[in-house]
Amino acid sequence: MSATIPGASGAAGGSGHSGGAEAPGGAGAPGASGERTPAERNRRAGAAQPHGRTLAVVRALLRKELLVELRTLESVPGMALFAVTTFVVFHFALNRDSVDGDLAAGILWVTLLFAAILGVNRLFVADADQGGFDAFLLAPVDRSAMLFAKVLTLLAYLFVLELVAVPAFGLLLLGPSLGHALPALIGVLALGDLGIAAIGTLVAALAVQTRARDLLGPLLALPLLVPIVIGGARASSPLLALGHSSGPAVRWLLTLGLYDLVFGLIAFALFDFLLED
Amino acid sequence: MTAVEVEGLARHYGEREALSEVTLSLASGQTLVVFGPNGAGKTTLLRVLATLLRPHAGSVRVLGESLPGDAWAVRGRIGLLAHEPLLYRELTARENLRFHARLHDVADARVRDVLELVGIEHRAEEPLRTLSRGMVQRVAVARAVLHDPELLLLDEPWSNLDPAAVERLEPLIGASSARTRVVCSHDPGNGLAEADLVLGLRAGRVALLEAAADVTAEQIVGLYR
Repeated sequence: MSATIPGASGAAGGSGHSGGAEAPGGAGAPGASGERTPAERNRRAGAAQPHGRTLAVVRALLRKELLVELRTLESVPGMALFAVTTFVVFHFALNRDSVDGDLAAGILWVTLLFAAILGVNRLFVADADQGGFDAFLLAPVDRSAMLFAKVLTLLAYLFVLELVAVPAFGLLLLGPSLGHALPALIGVLALGDLGIAAIGTLVAALAVQTRARDLLGPLLALPLLVPIVIGGARASSPLLALGHSSGPAVRWLLTLGLYDLVFGLIAFALFDFLLED
Repeated sequence: MTAVEVEGLARHYGEREALSEVTLSLASGQTLVVFGPNGAGKTTLLRVLATLLRPHAGSVRVLGESLPGDAWAVRGRIGLLAHEPLLYRELTARENLRFHARLHDVADARVRDVLELVGIEHRAEEPLRTLSRGMVQRVAVARAVLHDPELLLLDEPWSNLDPAAVERLEPLIGASSARTRVVCSHDPGNGLAEADLVLGLRAGRVALLEAAADVTAEQIVGLYR
């Protein structure tokens, strides 16, 4: 067998016997002192990397996520099916042919929230079960790359979910036509999705490390996502009202934007700690 | 030069002590083979050296860097072959290796080379879940050496491999790889043959630490009694 590794490094040999050993049970050194926090280490690692390299890693992670989802179809179809089924259930449970205004906005956002939870719960499962976390941690890359990639992955999931769920909502439940409201509604949904993706990624990274991840994920995520549902529903309510003469409620749009920003920063600050031992 | 320097290392999981008072030193280019029954702490030791677990007491230096403080400087210089292949089952061998190549900033040409070296190029486009355990182990070896690491941490590397695969992979991860290696093994014969230094662990403590030339197979077997 003559295969060799190009550029292999290290000292030659491995056959010589050496006494490089010290006697076992030597004096115990004190607990590791002068340790840096994961964030500090990450900053140092990140400082040594050009931004282009981090972007390349984000792209690689995102590509991997989408490939795995395309091949397993474990998240997005379930999310979309859940949303459509929920609209059907509402249709019969409310015993109404159509809804509008506050009620319509509430049904839409609550349904999207619970459908999103399904995706959040599975966001890190392949990484945890198949060693993806370890492989990532062994690489000399900025840990934030995984946060960005997962947020983008969840945004992609939510985009596809809404591509199915919003027209289904228009057909099954909504009284007023979606046509005029759609451009503004897309904007409100996008703001809500950003918050769901940031909070969902943070919570999923925390929950996946535990044995009760399927339970802990929703339990942690739901209270944090309630303000997004409130903001999203209040902002989109005028758009879904009969006649929908006014635009989205600006106050609630600003609230959503602020909430997104705060949790985006929290996720960025905490993510390293969740990944490392 | 010393590649691995451990002094008074302790690591616990909750109340249970997985490693306690472990002290050893391994020179560059040498091979340390770790023996011990299940639960003795072998895998924990590898994971501490790989920067995946933090030591709870003691000092650990790997490739001249102190852990966990300077772990960032060691990552990328270590190749870990663990029980789990650290590969995605739904991706093909090539897709998995390309993904790891991006993480380690390695050119695609190197992916092609290692696929050929481990003899998996003819199955490189098949999802990993369709491959046998031996084939997956070959891909895991390719992943572990993809970035040409200075230190190899190998947890029972020859398991699931047939003799032909062992012969093929030996230059990559075996004694002739010219790399510093820490190998966990349950095989006294082959383990002793490839070792420069032998560490025996029992219940997380060092039960044996000697140059391989001074260790007999009976001593290794004794660790398991």
